[in-house]
Amino acid sequence: MGNQPDIRAGRLPESAYAENFSDVHPPLDRKAALIESSRCYFCYDAPCVEACPTGIDIPSFIRKISTDNVRGAAQDILDENILGGACARVCPTEVLCQQACVRNAQEAKPVQIGLLQRYATDAVMDAGVHPFSRAEKSGKTVAVIGAGPAGLACAHRLAVLGHDVVILEAKPKSGGLNEYGIAAYKLPDAFAQKEVDFVLQIGGIEIRNDQALGRDFTLTDLRRDYDAVFLGMGLGGVRQLGLEGEDLEGVYNAVDYIAELRQSADLKALPVGRKVVVIGGGNTAIDIAVQTKRLGAEDVTLVYRRGAEAMSATHHEQEFAQVNGVKIKHWAQPREIRGMNGHITDVIFEYTQLDEGGRLAGTGDVFSLPVDMLFKAIGQTMLPQANGGSELLEMDGAKIAVNVERQTSLSGVWAGGDCVAISADLTVAAVQDGKLAAEAINSFLRG
Amino acid sequence: MADLRCEIGGVKSPNPFWLASAPPTDKEYNVVRAFKAGWGGVVWKTLGEDPPVVNVSSRYGAMSYNGTRMAGFNNIELITDRPLDVNLREIKQVKRDWPDRAMVVSLMVPCEEENWRAILAQVEDTGADGVELNFGCPHGMSERGMGSAVGQVPEYIEMVTRWCKAHTRMPVFVKLTPNVTNILGPARAAKAGGADAVSLINTINSIASVDLDVMAPTPTVDGKGTHGGYCGPAVKPIAMHMVAEIARDAETAGLPISAIGGISNWRDAAEFMTLGAGSVQVCTAAMHHGFKIVEDMIDGLGYWMDEKGYRTLDDFRGAAVPNVTDWQYLNINYEIVAKIDQDLCIKCGLCHIACEDTSHQAIAAQKADGLRRYEVIDQECVGCNLCMHVCPVEGCISMVEVDNGKGYLNWKEDPRNPMNQKAAE
Ligand SMILES: Cc1cc2nc3c(=O)[nH]c(=O)nc-3n(C[C@H](O)[C@H](O)[C@H](O)COP(=O)(O)OP(=O)(O)OC[C@H]3O[C@@H](n4cnc5c(N)ncnc54)[C@H](O)[C@@H]3O)c2cc1C
Ligand SMILES: Cc1cc2nc3c(=O)[nH]c(=O)nc-3n(C[C@H](O)[C@H](O)[C@H](O)COP(=O)(O)O)c2cc1C
Ligand code: SF4
Repeated sequence: MGNQPDIRAGRLPESAYAENFSDVHPPLDRKAALIESSRCYFCYDAPCVEACPTGIDIPSFIRKISTDNVRGAAQDILDENILGGACARVCPTEVLCQQACVRNAQEAKPVQIGLLQRYATDAVMDAGVHPFSRAEKSGKTVAVIGAGPAGLACAHRLAVLGHDVVILEAKPKSGGLNEYGIAAYKLPDAFAQKEVDFVLQIGGIEIRNDQALGRDFTLTDLRRDYDAVFLGMGLGGVRQLGLEGEDLEGVYNAVDYIAELRQSADLKALPVGRKVVVIGGGNTAIDIAVQTKRLGAEDVTLVYRRGAEAMSATHHEQEFAQVNGVKIKHWAQPREIRGMNGHITDVIFEYTQLDEGGRLAGTGDVFSLPVDMLFKAIGQTMLPQANGGSELLEMDGAKIAVNVERQTSLSGVWAGGDCVAISADLTVAAVQDGKLAAEAINSFLRG
Repeated sequence: MADLRCEIGGVKSPNPFWLASAPPTDKEYNVVRAFKAGWGGVVWKTLGEDPPVVNVSSRYGAMSYNGTRMAGFNNIELITDRPLDVNLREIKQVKRDWPDRAMVVSLMVPCEEENWRAILAQVEDTGADGVELNFGCPHGMSERGMGSAVGQVPEYIEMVTRWCKAHTRMPVFVKLTPNVTNILGPARAAKAGGADAVSLINTINSIASVDLDVMAPTPTVDGKGTHGGYCGPAVKPIAMHMVAEIARDAETAGLPISAIGGISNWRDAAEFMTLGAGSVQVCTAAMHHGFKIVEDMIDGLGYWMDEKGYRTLDDFRGAAVPNVTDWQYLNINYEIVAKIDQDLCIKCGLCHIACEDTSHQAIAAQKADGLRRYEVIDQECVGCNLCMHVCPVEGCISMVEVDNGKGYLNWKEDPRNPMNQKAAE
């Protein structure tokens, strides 16, 4: 106690940064792809297809890889999921397609669908091919809010169907969390921007950056000026702990720090604490823990208030964090944040358990962890947009209510991705929302 | 994308991918599903005279090889076991509903002109695009003097083909059996009889396996087995040779060929086409994976053609035929040696032991600092390719041409040829 906070940049030798933040799963080469594709049985009514939120015809694309018809394989993927390249890298396949692979039952080793998907989509993107053309122009223009996965997928499908699209994006760069949020080693080499460029190759999509709904224009404006509107603005807010001391220096929102990390041109210049504590149990918690560790933090402890099975991070991701030297402590919740001279020093945690009613309760026993940096990763929220017509949107909890076609309560307005109540908070789910909304918008406009 | 439209022997289809006469084309239900999936045409399961044949239970055998199931496939089924009028009615209906797809009807009746004349008239009535004479079935039907029993006698082939040409205006395809010593005999006979095209191969006489407990061949019917017809990926090389022989024979060159045998994907199809095939027919691959495989065939072939700049099938059909030659015309001065990419080598030693035990002792097994290293001895290597084929790492062993400064010389001209020495004496 009483030590100066130890937060500094350049904890690692120069070469370590490139190594720590390069591709976690290097791509398959042709030989490896051929061997892996030959493991697919080309199942009928394949369970993997059902397990993919975008419904990619997985057996079909894998068979095409096995016959060296890589272009056909990529077409199968991109037809259903225009961000198939990002999804191949970021999808938690262990709980999606690969969990459903029939090979699990037979030999506990699924076909590596994600890596095969990357093999096919990379080939087409690297060849500079855009395997779509536009239908005859409809003369209609749709406004899409947010250039994240939901917005991009919606815009692309609309453009294919012949509509013009204007994407209004609050940030200076497009891509949404692919650009600002996903762990750096999952999407290295500026992949998010490459993919945005790829999507735009279809034509008919204009992105206007630094344009925020609620700040620069209102939903009422959009409904007046465009033929239809799609809201794909994700979750701008961050849930808070509600503890005193949360405003001390050294306390961060995980997503803000990750955004900084993702935008940093020089990771060795990014300051990181020696002792890092992360609170949360999802993707974001795992990602901030692993990334601070890989930046050179000495001790990284992730504290979650329930057991491992309740974490929304998959088993695979928890293991990944542990292999990276992150210590995971279950059944403990923060009680108090302590500081000195305006900077955090310790967090006091209380052990938890379930009471007879199955509710989470503190046990009264406490422990403390010394902290240089504390990261809050307990979830994101939708920012209230209570002006200019947005207040009329029917909500479901804190998110926008939509029907199966992703239509909101307002006529001419659709929504999808993280900002809607039925979303699964995954990139692939956002893509599916955008695609479904585009189909519905198309029927509406051509109807 | 490239234009895949196909015309062969006067029969048109939107793509060259047809289903061969077999269970996949047995009835309206299957054929409609196939057309929905995208197949360009079918050859309807072979029709015969009523009463229909009766099949046994336990019909198929298979060769699984190192975990690959149905690398070869074997059957003892006969021709259609459904009444003729039912088949004819369904054929008529399907052709009416799917006018753009090729509908060829396979036939097998006893070797009498009247029998052929009668069935041809009935088929013509369905609106089918053509007929295929099944001179190939090697089991069961051949014991009754039909199928390969006809296909093995060129005179019969010519005679029946001539009858059929005389009694129908439909194009006549003649389906050949591979169970002959030289495919050119039957092919020339078909041509002489006026065939519009030949289809090959039908299945090869085979015993798929022997059940060592039952002590009988498979498929086993109540303790006994009989030889069946072999097909599937394993027969493709045999079929390709036969297709190429017909394509390059002076007498049969230009005779349209519908190629069959082990075709499972677009690449197999492309290979057959470069050897002269006009359309291709598929049986086993569809029986293994269902009709959906045609999607890869269609877009795979199309993308490949785009990449190569071929706009139509004619742009590359037969392109490899001029390069199929007799052994005696190969360049005897051409020299290649194996080269091992040490960075790719995984040190399994298979190349060494193959060459050491069975070839030319041209790969040295070395150990440097305890590490294995396999090195080609160039002077010993005869360029046989064995090491390249046994190597499990694609691209690790390649065969590199040696510039020996010698020009083209074939065996006929080679002074080492004893025939030449005799001539010189
Ligand atoms: C740290 C982190 C790691 C993650 N890791 C994974 C992972 O590995 N795999 C996975 O599948 N999912 C992951 N996710 C979830 C995934 O990123 C999201 O589900 C997905 O990005 C949602 O897409 P979206 O288009 O709905 O929203 P976003 O990606 O958030 O995009 C919304 C866009 O809208 C813009 N916007 C917001 N408000 C406005 C406004 N008022 N006006 C105009 N534009 C606006 C934003 O700037 C942004 O560009 C992760 C999320 C986080 C936070
Ligand atoms: C079960 C089975 C039944 C067949 N029946 C017929 C038939 O009735 N008429 C015929 O001409 N060929 C028949 N064939 C042969 C096929 O049409 C084809 O020539 C052969 O299977 C080779 O092609 P593949 O390797 O794609 O299977 C049959 C093949 C199989 C496997
Ligand atoms: S495939 Fe199986 S279920 Fe179908 S008929 Fe044959 S043996 Fe019977």
